[in-house]
Amino acid sequence: MIIEILVSVCLVISGIFGLVGSFGLIKLPDPMMRLHAPTKATTLGVGGALVASMLYMHFINGNFSFHELMITLFLFLTAPVTGNFIAKTHLHLNHKASDLPPTGTDRPWATFESDAMREKIEAAEDAKAD
Amino acid sequence: MLRKILPHPLLTLTLIVVWQMLVNKLTLGNLLLGTILGLIIPVITSPYWPNSPRLTSVPRIIGYVLLVIWDIIVANVQVAYIVLFKANANIKPAWISIPLDLRTPEAITVLAGTITMTPGTVSSDLSADGRSLLVHCLDAPDPDAVRDDIKSRYERRLKEIFE
Repeated sequence: MIIEILVSVCLVISGIFGLVGSFGLIKLPDPMMRLHAPTKATTLGVGGALVASMLYMHFINGNFSFHELMITLFLFLTAPVTGNFIAKTHLHLNHKASDLPPTGTDRPWATFESDAMREKIEAAEDAKAD
Repeated sequence: MLRKILPHPLLTLTLIVVWQMLVNKLTLGNLLLGTILGLIIPVITSPYWPNSPRLTSVPRIIGYVLLVIWDIIVANVQVAYIVLFKANANIKPAWISIPLDLRTPEAITVLAGTITMTPGTVSSDLSADGRSLLVHCLDAPDPDAVRDDIKSRYERRLKEIFE
């Protein structure tokens, strides 16, 4: 009984956060802000469903499975990478280097460094290393 | 010689354990297959991992993971609150530049991943020399405070773990 209540609570939490994440996609005004809603709200959305599945499988079906842990692990590895890809694509398409704060170092943000410039700097560094 | 067969012993061990968890049944055959994968994959991917990260303290790593999980839960609630209850006109997004003290690529990757998973921030780009990180904040009335918070909360701990 207690387990069933816990499973239901996890499922409801997961549903709410999944919904909020999707709502954020519609509501927020620009692509960079939209990126925040699914990278976060959805983590707890999926996480809740996985915890519910683990509790149910273990206490009611009586067999323990590592698969939910693996899904969590893979999600934590892939979510930041996809987020970064989308952010970089957005920078390429919609921003100029002057929109961003300065790097505070000698070289620009990686997305805005031209290939010619990168080759020149790397050739200079190789020469120095030799 | 041993380094050629086993370039990353920790990666090999991780792969074997992950394989067992994926098949979810501990038999000799699965263990053998896992071991073969654990031996082959690090050798094939070793050009991408020229140096092994040196991990110093296991309790610190566990502490960091727990801290990040807690922050992710808090982050979800905060972002949900901003999405649901703040009018778009009142949300103040900002780009911030974080100067990095970390130098190892593995540590910077973990920091960037952590920033993406936690309160209202997404790491977007790295400066070409890898010395500073570009972060986008969903709602940051005070960008300097966010920068100091990331540096003291995550970067200091990662520096202790990796360097």
